Amino acid sequence: MAETENLNETSAQIKSSKGEEDIIQIVGMHKWYGEFHVLKDINLSVKAKERIVVCGPSGSGKSTMIRCINRLEEHQQGQIVVNGIELTNDLKRIEETRREVGMVFQHFNLFPHLTVLENCTLGPIWVRHTPKKEAEESAMEYLERVKIPEQALKFPGQLSGGQQQRVAIARSLCMNPKIMLFDEPTSALDPEMIKEVLDVMIELAETGMTMIVVTHEMGFAKTVADRVIFMDEGEIIEQNDPHEFFDNAQHERTQLFLSQILAH
Amino acid sequence: MTLSKTEKPLTVTEDGGYLPGTHPDLPPPASVHGPVHWIQYNLFGSVTNTALTLLTIYFLYTVIPQLVDWIYLDAAFEGESRKDCRAVANGACWAFIGNRLSLFIYGFYPEAERWRVDLTFVLLILALVPVLYDGTPQRGKALIYSCLYPLIAAFFLVGGFGLERVPTDQFGGLMLNIIIGVTGIAFSLPIGILLALGRQSHLPIVRILCVSFIEFIRGVPLITLFFVAAVMLSYFVPPGTNFDLLVRILIMGTLFASGYMAEVIRGGLQAIPKGQYEAADAMGLKYWQSMRKVILPQALKISIPGIVNTFIGLYKDTTLVIVIGRLDILGIGNSSLADSKWQGLSTEVYVFVAIFFFISCFSMSRYSLWLEKKLHTGH
Repeated sequence: MAETENLNETSAQIKSSKGEEDIIQIVGMHKWYGEFHVLKDINLSVKAKERIVVCGPSGSGKSTMIRCINRLEEHQQGQIVVNGIELTNDLKRIEETRREVGMVFQHFNLFPHLTVLENCTLGPIWVRHTPKKEAEESAMEYLERVKIPEQALKFPGQLSGGQQQRVAIARSLCMNPKIMLFDEPTSALDPEMIKEVLDVMIELAETGMTMIVVTHEMGFAKTVADRVIFMDEGEIIEQNDPHEFFDNAQHERTQLFLSQILAH
Repeated sequence: MTLSKTEKPLTVTEDGGYLPGTHPDLPPPASVHGPVHWIQYNLFGSVTNTALTLLTIYFLYTVIPQLVDWIYLDAAFEGESRKDCRAVANGACWAFIGNRLSLFIYGFYPEAERWRVDLTFVLLILALVPVLYDGTPQRGKALIYSCLYPLIAAFFLVGGFGLERVPTDQFGGLMLNIIIGVTGIAFSLPIGILLALGRQSHLPIVRILCVSFIEFIRGVPLITLFFVAAVMLSYFVPPGTNFDLLVRILIMGTLFASGYMAEVIRGGLQAIPKGQYEAADAMGLKYWQSMRKVILPQALKISIPGIVNTFIGLYKDTTLVIVIGRLDILGIGNSSLADSKWQGLSTEVYVFVAIFFFISCFSMSRYSLWLEKKLHTGH
């Protein structure tokens, strides 16, 4: 318990010191898969250093929404501005945005033919044109931060799920992103490995990284998030700071969702 | 508390078992490994198994001695005609092959210039080393040489610039198979990769062109393409230009293999999970970077068996050049049979040709197995 309090204190400190400009701005965004209207009138602005948790039942469009932020999914209507660049079909803009936005996937998506270290240096060397030696040194620093420097020369297939996800986080961080997106980072993990990944994410949050996390880990949301967003059927139903959100949910659907997810 | 494996456990229960959490790792019992167990299990495991084993042993016992007799013990290695052979032995008459060996290898390449073929072959081996083995010292520089090799080979084989010119219709025998085979193998892989990627392209024109090309090539027999090369292409090139027949054969062979290669590689590309494309994109890699660094290394690795299968197929198909009047090793063998001095020795010729192809193809197959093992990273 004492630990949680501690974390609350640090996150409160960061909250007070964060900048005020919007690093992500989504205005009236819609998306369809064929005839199916997946995202409906999404409006969301995220300030630099803000930490947002997105939750909601499966199929509610949470993953699709954050995948629009780095254009892994295309939106058909509305406007998305990331780090001052509006996302359009222009490949140059997309690449520029992706350089500043790191993403961690549910299934890790590490490159199985490359070692852990090579996974981490691929982006810096080819996208940022960092000299190989420098890229390796910085990759080792990040691997130390996620507490697996000793696995650097192994292949992803030789690691446990939790270790792989930590490598995936380090790989994203190696690109020095301004924003980190997490798409259900712990959903594919065994229960005993979830904690090691969440610990890394909490530490990352403490450094002041802008984070948008799609997750069902409500404990994580309570400790780390500045704001919790609840989505259902392609709409943002409700957003609030975690205390208000969990103790005093406004919308009926949010209450139902929370009662189901917190029941056990 | 942990117990070392050699120490006697202190935690044995009264009936000789171990307490929970203290069981050490033990070696497996002797009866489940070792050669005796292997033989018992695999050869004499059941009545049917035993019967089959005995039957196979009996079959080998009857066949092998005869085969060894024919090939080696009762074979003639020297002589000037079939009569000479039969005078000393009843088995194979290898003297025939020995007598014609240079014809089998060089075809009608002028005798005085054959050192050029030998040199080209040695240079080929040198060019292959850096391509096939990634531990080659100075690999980067060596690969530049490998890329230039086709030009070097063409210069030595055809001549010009000071060397006596040898018309390509004098090329023949084994050297012709190797030229067509190696050219096809070397160029069909990159062309196949481009076709496979083109087939997946979002640009409709690129996709339609690639699909039509692949489907056309796969829908037409190689012999037809060789005929087209020999007869029809001359209608399409401007009159007066001399477009060498061998070059046309090389182009057709390469294109033919590329069509198949493209489909093999497409299979590999489709086996790569979507997450790999997404992770590469999310990192900010450009299309060609993500293909080169992330997707193709994995797709090609999966496709190795299919790729080598296509290579082997192409290599053996080089014998088809006989239909447009070029004599490869098989063609030379066939026409040698017409010699009245050596009549009736077709078995020897075909066995010789078969052994040559078997050695080449078996080496390719072994190399691919080695490569697959080497690239395996435990996923």
